[in-house]
Amino acid sequence: MSTIKLQNLTKRFGDLVAVNNVDLNIDAGEVLCLLGPSGCGKTTTLRMVAGLEMATEGDVFLADKRVNDLTPSQRNVAMAFQFYALYPSLNVAENLAYPLHADRLSQADIDGKVREVARVLDLTDVLNRLPGRLAEGEKQRVSVGRAIIRDPNCFLFDEPLSRLDVQLREQMRGQIKEVLSGLNKATVIVTHDQLEALTMADRIAVMRDGYIEQVGTPHEVFATPSNLFVAGFIGTPQMNLMAGTFAGQRSGSLRLKTGEQEIAIPSSVPHAGLTEGGRVTIGIRPRSTELASEAGDDTLTATVDLIEPMGAETLLHLSDGDRDLRVVVDQDVMVRVGEQLHVRPRASQTHLFDQNDARIA
Amino acid sequence: MTAVTSDATGTPRWLTPSPRNWRLALLIAVVAIPGSIWLAPGNVAFWISFVAVSAVTLAVTINAWGRYPGPLLVAPAIALLFVMNIFPLMWSFGLSFFRFRVNRQAPPRFAGLDNYEKILTDPTVWDRLQTTALVVVFTVAIQMIVGFLLALLFEKEFPGRRVLLMLVLTPMMLSFVAVGAFFRFYYEPTFGLLSQAVRLFTGEPFILLKTPAGALAGIVFADAWMWSPFVMLLVLAGLVSVPKYLYEAAEIDRASWWRKFRTITFPYIRSLLLLALLFRTIEAFKLFDIVFLITDGGPGSSTETIAVYVFRVSFQFFRTSQSSALAYFILFIVIVLTNLYLYFARQRSQEA
Repeated sequence: MSTIKLQNLTKRFGDLVAVNNVDLNIDAGEVLCLLGPSGCGKTTTLRMVAGLEMATEGDVFLADKRVNDLTPSQRNVAMAFQFYALYPSLNVAENLAYPLHADRLSQADIDGKVREVARVLDLTDVLNRLPGRLAEGEKQRVSVGRAIIRDPNCFLFDEPLSRLDVQLREQMRGQIKEVLSGLNKATVIVTHDQLEALTMADRIAVMRDGYIEQVGTPHEVFATPSNLFVAGFIGTPQMNLMAGTFAGQRSGSLRLKTGEQEIAIPSSVPHAGLTEGGRVTIGIRPRSTELASEAGDDTLTATVDLIEPMGAETLLHLSDGDRDLRVVVDQDVMVRVGEQLHVRPRASQTHLFDQNDARIA
Repeated sequence: MTAVTSDATGTPRWLTPSPRNWRLALLIAVVAIPGSIWLAPGNVAFWISFVAVSAVTLAVTINAWGRYPGPLLVAPAIALLFVMNIFPLMWSFGLSFFRFRVNRQAPPRFAGLDNYEKILTDPTVWDRLQTTALVVVFTVAIQMIVGFLLALLFEKEFPGRRVLLMLVLTPMMLSFVAVGAFFRFYYEPTFGLLSQAVRLFTGEPFILLKTPAGALAGIVFADAWMWSPFVMLLVLAGLVSVPKYLYEAAEIDRASWWRKFRTITFPYIRSLLLLALLFRTIEAFKLFDIVFLITDGGPGSSTETIAVYVFRVSFQFFRTSQSSALAYFILFIVIVLTNLYLYFARQRSQEA
């Protein structure tokens, strides 16, 4: 079984803790995305799985075997590098065949596999070219091809799409997902691009400063972010996060105070952890709102500062003097700068975080 | 060109006496120098020529002062280059077509290609070229191999690397005379280190330079000792330019050491290796100092390289014009070698 298991994995560079006590399980056939801002330790984690970095503490298990002391070649992992790491003096076919030489296959077998991978990744026409004469997208496909051509314990991808332009990225996301779905191997993809993670991953591990903040399906990390960092990191435009206080629970809704305004959020669950006057952070996604025709119990009032048309939707920057509020409305909603709007968060899509940034609701 | 004629008197400007009129100064010098050499006794002619050249220099400098600061600044360097390099080069090239001996009073007599014919039919020249070829092949081969291995060693980080690297590079910075003298003592039969070391085992003093093969080995060893660091430096530059991620990718791809070397390392250092080969071949071909100091061409003439032979012809036999021809013959060979290498290098890089 091709699985990856990380236990208390820690990496220190001198005083700097790059990766802190990471525990992860990745099943066969599962695609896990390590997502986080640059410098969060995601690449270091990947390199420890590959064996390119030695873990300071903790264990790496590949296919249920502890591999801490094995070299990368002994671990039998396939990896696609961020800068592709194509061998510049070898042509595409030789690059693709490179990982096969260790298996001592016959030349005919090697040629067959190369042709097969080239066909899947649409590289047949460029097999004789040197990497220096490939387009960026082709290089990227060769690096993926070099990873999938053999039968490793697991697949590791380090920022596989970061150097492609937007259009190519969308195309390759689908292609990689399709290729990986047929392989039934544990796969780790490192990325800083949340869209990449949300589209390609079965599960996402959000990292910050060496810690894993949340592990969950793309839906889980988006819909129920476990803390303020995940809430702010996932989703574009960014979630509105407003400091406020808890003003009590009344008739099936929580009352919150932010600045001068009070808002009621429908919620049937009693929240024991909240005391009246306790500090909270209110999180509202710009798309989880609607405009109300008049002020109500459950609306916030703000004036339009800036209008950003985004095609199908329009992003409105609102302000009530102290707080900014971003709201996404349909393109056919006509507003003017300076206009006063009443914004109603959609029921049960408002997030609450306590003083320690952890999720309450 | 109308500016050349001046106003009031009607005399052309280049004849008007003035401190900045360098054309007039040049004209006087061109007449005065050959004239004085022709008519006046030697020491007087020398001083007349000296004054004439100084006057031209002064006039040119005054003329250019403030107007052409750039050319004026590079002029001394160019003048020096011309006097010390270009002029002797051209003069000796001219001499090679004359019959001339620097230790005789007789003026040069035109001889056409006689000197070239003489050296090309001279069996000694071909013998010396063979000796040179032997030295070149052995010393360059050893330098390339040792330099390459040293570079592989110094590519890795290890404690004391910087200090050791500095020590290894020292031979290259020594003067030829120092290296020659050092190895002369090193091979010395009675108190030389080599002889003493051998005597520990055999009880007999060891005279390396006694046999032709031994003398050749001694020269090759000294030259290789001096120049292996140069090859190492070039190869090291290539080795450190290989991106680390390529080795990581190869490690992930489970490539053997040999495959990594062949497909990743070697392509990066190939052009530098060729460059090292080119430099070292040309230098070894001209090898003179070390041979002259260690064996002086001996025993017999068994280690006399072509460069030493040129020296003998010109400064011991004083066949000046013939040695000029020989020197140009060597230059020709070196140019041919250089272009061959460059041709192959270019062809290789086009393939890649």
